[in-house]
Parts: sequence; C-alpha cells; structure tokens
Amino acid sequence: MRRIALLAAAIALPAAAEPTQQELEKIMQRDFHARGQATMDRLSQDRLQRVCTEAHDRPAPDVAKALEADELKTIAYPQGSLIGDWKRGEAIAQSGRGLTWNDKPGQPAGGSCYNCHELSPQELSHGTLGPSLRGFGKARGAGADVQRYVYGKIYNAKAYNACSQMPRFGVSGTLSAEQIRDLVGLLLDPASPVNQ
Amino acid sequence: MRLLALAAALALSSGARADDSAKEIQRYRQMVAEGSPAELFELEGETLWKKPGGPKNVSLERCDLGEGPGVLKAAYAHLPRYFKDAERVMDLETRLVYCMTTLQGRSRADATARVFGTADRPSELELLSAYIAGQSRGVAIEPGMAHPKEKTSYELGRALFFHRVGPWDFSCASCHGEEGKRIRMQELPALHEAKYARPVIASWPAYRVSTSQFITLQWRMNDCYRQMRTPEPNFGSETTVALIHFLTATAQGETYHGPGNKR
Repeated sequence: MRRIALLAAAIALPAAAEPTQQELEKIMQRDFHARGQATMDRLSQDRLQRVCTEAHDRPAPDVAKALEADELKTIAYPQGSLIGDWKRGEAIAQSGRGLTWNDKPGQPAGGSCYNCHELSPQELSHGTLGPSLRGFGKARGAGADVQRYVYGKIYNAKAYNACSQMPRFGVSGTLSAEQIRDLVGLLLDPASPVNQ
Repeated sequence: MRLLALAAALALSSGARADDSAKEIQRYRQMVAEGSPAELFELEGETLWKKPGGPKNVSLERCDLGEGPGVLKAAYAHLPRYFKDAERVMDLETRLVYCMTTLQGRSRADATARVFGTADRPSELELLSAYIAGQSRGVAIEPGMAHPKEKTSYELGRALFFHRVGPWDFSCASCHGEEGKRIRMQELPALHEAKYARPVIASWPAYRVSTSQFITLQWRMNDCYRQMRTPEPNFGSETTVALIHFLTATAQGETYHGPGNKR
C-alpha cells in the first residue's frame, strides 16, 4: 500500500518541462551582458545551431543534407593556389586567441587547431576532440580537389558535417582567407612537418 | 614544505623529455593531490566568516545556508537548493551575497564588486567558499531536487548544457560531451554522466596550481563561457546557478571530499 501511495505521489508531482530554445534564448538575454568584443547578438542562435541543439547533434540524414547544402554556399574561395605558407600556418594552428571578451579586438585570431587535433609530430601537447591530422597531405596528395576540400572544411566545417563541433572559421570571421591558405599549407605542403 | 614540493614537481614536469611527459604529469598530479594548499584558503575563510563587517558591523555567522542559521555542517553538499526567503534557487556564492546584503546591510554592488580574485589577493567569496565547502567533507552530495523551482532549475541547466551558441557554435557538450577526450593535454570529463561528474563535483571549489588561484564553480561557468566566445554571464544569475545545479545533481550521492586541487 505504501508503495502505491508513493508511486501516486511521484506521478502527481508536476514534472518540470524542458525549456524551449526560445525560452532559453530569452533567459540568456536576461542573464548575460556584453563585454569587450563579445556582444549580445552572439546569443541568438542561427538555424544550424537551433536544429543541431534540438537534434542533440544527430539530425535526420535529409535534414543534415539540406543544412550542409546551405552551408556549402557560404564558402568563398580565393583566386589562385590555396596553399599558403606552412610556417605561418603552424603559428596559426598553435594560437588559441581570438573573439573572447578579453581578447583585444582587431588582433589576428588563431585557429586553436592543436586544442583538438594532432598535427606536427613535434607538438606533443595536442587535443583529441578531433581526428589526428598527422600525415594528412602525405596520404592524400595536394591536388586541386584536396586543396578545395581542406580550405572549405576550415572555412565552414558544417558544409561537410552539419553538426560538427568544429567552428566555422571563415563564416564567423575568425580567420582571414590568407590565414586559411596558410593552414591549408600546413596540412598539404610536402615540406610541412605534418607530412614528415 | 608542501609548496616547495609542488614547485619541484612543476619544474620536473616542464623540463621532462617527450617520452617521459605522460609519466611526469601523472607524478605531478599525485603530488598535488597529496598536499593541499586549499587548506590555507579554508583557514583564511574561517577568519573572514567570523569577522564583523558591513554597515551593520556583524559577521556572517548567522547566515542560513539551508541547514539553519549558522549551520555549516553539510550545508555546501546540499546546495544548490531553493530558499523561501529569496524565492529562488541559490548556489553557495549566490547565497553568500544574499547574506552579505541582508545580514551585513551591504549593497549588492558592494558585495559583488570583486567576485573573482587573483593569486595575490583572493576574493572574499573564494575564501568563504573554501571554508564552507570544507565543512561538508565526508557528506554525500544531495542538492535540492524536490521543490518545483529546483526541478525547473535542473531542467534549465540541462538544456543550457546542450545549447549551441556563439560565433564558434559551442555548447558545454562540445568539450564535455564525450568520454576520453582532451583539449591539449587537459582531460575533459563528460559532465552529463554521473561517472564523470561525481569525482569532479566532489572536489570543487579548488586550488589551481597553474595560476596559484583558488577557484569556484561560478568562476568555472564564467571562464567556460568566455572560451565559448559568448558575452559574459552575470554572477549568480539563474543561468549559472542552473548549470551548477545540473552538474551537482548529476554527481548526486558522491561523498564530498574537497576543496580539491586542479592543474
């Protein structure tokens, strides 16, 4: 009997509903303040962020395809070779600076690449959130298609995997075309330590 | 002596050769775990707790942290929780600010003017957190989960944990959603899972060796959002308390053993 009473009590308790994305955005608008370059408009989700949040990063295949197609349209390729200077690329890959409220606005940002990826074998302090990119160019060559893929992936990772955890470095204005070219160099140049 | 040993461990780890680095890091972590500089902060926090202050010139000793006025035993292990007098869910730091304003007569602006300290000068809230958390050692972590507002707070925290936002599209789960991952050399606990949340939450707040600072969960929420590239969360806001509530509830049942040590 006691058990039944307990069960009944448990069922009778109002279950707190999960807040909707719109409610969440309203709460965050109330609970945050702009600081430095981190302005309040950053709290508005775009469609991709909303869909990925709702799907817990596993959208249905057709939804993912549609998102990826839209993201692909954002990629702007520069003229000429996409392979820049791998030495500058290495410095960009090392730097985790940029876009936070205590970063100086106007200073060039880094790509935070080593935070998540293994690249040059000399750098032992690398993260594992993303796949290892060691020997990336050695395995794939540096042909025009590979260059376009790598440039595009850094510019907008979501064009290839809708709910990827990798930032959209070009779309977000984090890295310039020149910086992305240097990172393509780091990954594809046969002289780069990544390919040794 | 302990600090000397720490310094030696640091020097060793930074000078270590590549193939020894993992072993050295392991050794250094063990040394850090054995001798806790957090104790010094606990002692300073106790002095501060008992010191009269504010326009009313009274101490915080009659502050009700949820177990009754002045009761410190087990108080931290049962936070965050709903407080009827404030009509909201509060974590330790938010509650301390409440007591500073109600008991000591200080303005909220004054009580929150300097919430995060430095290595040279810890903040009042950091010192008080160290002392009060220490009074929960050996107590099972059981945040409030019965009141409707506690349930709402937990649900809000859980939703925030997975909410992708900002120029880099991050949610808390972007880094803390998968087991066995690292940023650089730092291991990342998958904090929505009890197995990983338990040891982490049981050791916060903590002394951070790399910056010589005592850090709290409000600081942790703040600095995670900084790295997520969002605007800054307000100290003690419903958002930060809800996230702390969600993480603490996920660690429910673990015996509190902090304040701990961090890298």
